[in-house]
Amino acid sequence: MQQKVFEHRLPNGMVVLGEPMPWLESVAFSILLPAGTHHEPSNRLGLSGMTLEMCQRGSGPWSSRDVVEQLDFLGVERSSSVTTFHTSLSMAAMASVLEPTLEIAATIIREPHFPDDELEEARQSALLELASIEDDPAQKCFKELKRLRFGDVYGRSSLGSQEGLEETTLDDCKKFHANHYHPDGAIISLAGNFQWDSFLKLVERLFGDWTGNPKQAHAKVVSIPGSSHLKHDSQQTHIAIAYDAVSYNHPEYYQSRGLVGILSDGMSSRLFSEVREKRGLVYSVSASSHSLDDCGSVLCYAGTTAPRAQETLDVTVQTILELEKGIEPDELKRLKSRVRTSLVMEQESSSSRSSQMAYDWAYLGRVPTRKELLSTIDALTCESLIEHYSKFRPKSWSLVTIGPEPLEFANAVS
Amino acid sequence: MQFHNQVLDNGLEIIAEVNKEAFSQSLGYFVKTGSRDESPEMAGVSHFLEHMMFKGTPNRSAVDVNRELDDLGSQSNAYTSEEQTVYYMSVLPENQNAALDLLTDMMRPALRDEDFQTERQVILEEIAMYDDQPPYGAMERAMEVYFREHPLARRVLGTRETVAALDPESMRAYHEARYAPNNLTLVATGAVDFDALVQSVEKMTKHWKPSSSARSLRSPSIESEEVAMVHPPATQQYTLQYSPGPGYCDERRYVTRILASILGDDSGSRLFWELVDTGLAESAAVFTQEFEECGLICTFLACAPEQQEENWEAIRNTLASGKQNPITEREMELAKNKICAGMILGSERPSNRLFSVGNAWTFRRKYETIQAATKHYQAVRSEDVQEEFEKLSDRKQVTVSVGPEA
Repeated sequence: MQQKVFEHRLPNGMVVLGEPMPWLESVAFSILLPAGTHHEPSNRLGLSGMTLEMCQRGSGPWSSRDVVEQLDFLGVERSSSVTTFHTSLSMAAMASVLEPTLEIAATIIREPHFPDDELEEARQSALLELASIEDDPAQKCFKELKRLRFGDVYGRSSLGSQEGLEETTLDDCKKFHANHYHPDGAIISLAGNFQWDSFLKLVERLFGDWTGNPKQAHAKVVSIPGSSHLKHDSQQTHIAIAYDAVSYNHPEYYQSRGLVGILSDGMSSRLFSEVREKRGLVYSVSASSHSLDDCGSVLCYAGTTAPRAQETLDVTVQTILELEKGIEPDELKRLKSRVRTSLVMEQESSSSRSSQMAYDWAYLGRVPTRKELLSTIDALTCESLIEHYSKFRPKSWSLVTIGPEPLEFANAVS
Repeated sequence: MQFHNQVLDNGLEIIAEVNKEAFSQSLGYFVKTGSRDESPEMAGVSHFLEHMMFKGTPNRSAVDVNRELDDLGSQSNAYTSEEQTVYYMSVLPENQNAALDLLTDMMRPALRDEDFQTERQVILEEIAMYDDQPPYGAMERAMEVYFREHPLARRVLGTRETVAALDPESMRAYHEARYAPNNLTLVATGAVDFDALVQSVEKMTKHWKPSSSARSLRSPSIESEEVAMVHPPATQQYTLQYSPGPGYCDERRYVTRILASILGDDSGSRLFWELVDTGLAESAAVFTQEFEECGLICTFLACAPEQQEENWEAIRNTLASGKQNPITEREMELAKNKICAGMILGSERPSNRLFSVGNAWTFRRKYETIQAATKHYQAVRSEDVQEEFEKLSDRKQVTVSVGPEA
């Protein structure tokens, strides 16, 4: 697993990362900007998403239509999103069109027009997107879990609120852009078939003269235990559970991630075996690690028809708590094998590699290599996982259910 | 890239696109069976069987199968459609033999009664999950109304009633008829040792017996129809329209796919600019679905219920405007670039190539490199797309709409 990760910080604070993968024909980059939902004024929920949308409706020499046409012409696959702490823009294309593609991305970030005749259209799109989640109860369940668990500021949804979207003006978007789209705290990561030196020159040309405020500190994120039920006239009850775990930047993160793997990675994992294979309670059940700054959680999901929902919740929680009884060497061996395979296969995708690098830098301030990760995973033992479990027992539980009836949850208070 | 194929004495065909430089390999059994090959009372058996194939063999328990899949570090799964059932896994090249042994053994499942009863509950949960998603219900209904007596009308998951009525005995009979070696293709992509692959499979499957597992093909007879469904918890209105299009063996499919992209791709298309970019609809799309002897041109709208009528009218007008607003060369160029770049970007992973290579071979008995595949799109002429566009609204149409109120 040979690997070279280049790192460079521009004088304005923007971090440039690159990992050449010369066996590919593609390149993919991710740009993270230090502008997230937690920056929104409380009466403008949804502003970060609206600003990002407006940035893509005309920038630099391009009209709104030009931007889409140029990217289609170049054959660029793209996505953009906002999270609690970041705005992100990702693009993947053939290596030969990296330069014109990045030029467009740079104008979207630095030179948006904010056309006033498109604000209403952007607003209507955002309102429709917000409304559509009502027909997707599983997604709605996680939106509510986030709100409940991380509170008014850090629990915000990227979709915003109806009131916030309705009140947003063009000035709000311009101000949000001026205050938060800054190089200090911004990260660009590129993976695929490219030369680092020429990429760095390109980034310096497009972003070198970009100026802005220094990165701002923010208050600590803490989890808030509790539970809530949303009544919905559906056949299935959707269950979302969360409890405390260490975050991505914690020295023992991979112990915690290992425990989540024992619960949920693969078809022999415990949740899949206990909840689905043995009892046939669900079609979907899963757990994943989640970090918001220093605040780590494990998030779980199960969906089941209403009469079996209580049993599903009970078995799911029981399975989590039974980690305490021990880990089988075979379970750990399977987990390591899965990690090793997925690290090798990561080399087949420039897109997944570029977004992973940006995420790593945002959380750790560095990019661990595959070799380092592999030796961290190899060092996990059944004993170390159990020791970690005893040190960081599941606590601060959150539960959200959507369905015909609420459920009993004994852990809600612990 | 090197292409290989070989047919074993029992009729099992093995094909591979070998890329020695790849980091991984993907293996898949493509079974030519799906919901269209079921009798009406057995609707859902192909999909139920797909689940049961993970439940163990005479040599392995269900737990063994799951553990071995994870032991190999594999990324594995399966799916069932109207026309095929596919089991696949991606592994490191060093695990080729072990992966092959497991996947091949899985093709001869134990189908134990007890596992059958538990798994039925999982299938019923899957049906309930989709029943709670109104656009999915509209799609199932549209297939039923469009295809009427044709076997493609049947639901892939079956219904609660048919799944409740299925028994292990009839599933075993279905398996025996449809999973004969001459109805299976083993597809491999990436860093594959083809000779070793053939050798092992030959040994493992020599007791497999071929059978006659034909599929009946016939053109659907279509009557235009409109159906309104009510799903009280829904908040949005979903409208889906099906009209006839080319199947996957029909050379005209490239023309239709480009037309669909120009009119209704999720970004940069005519409907995108008219309805999505303007915030009138959450989604307004045109796409194709292709089957063996026929195909569909599908139009989809998701929006607020009160805006449905006006939006649908706008879509109808756009799709009927072939003469007034002909296809431009610029639109052709953008659509071709977008489609071809997407194909090339997607082809970098052996796990994605598995489906392109496997489908092209099992559907059309054709192997093409990704470069050759993109040439079909580059060769499409705008006159042909324009001709197709002008005929679009003359076709018979089945329209299904679902929302909170009638």
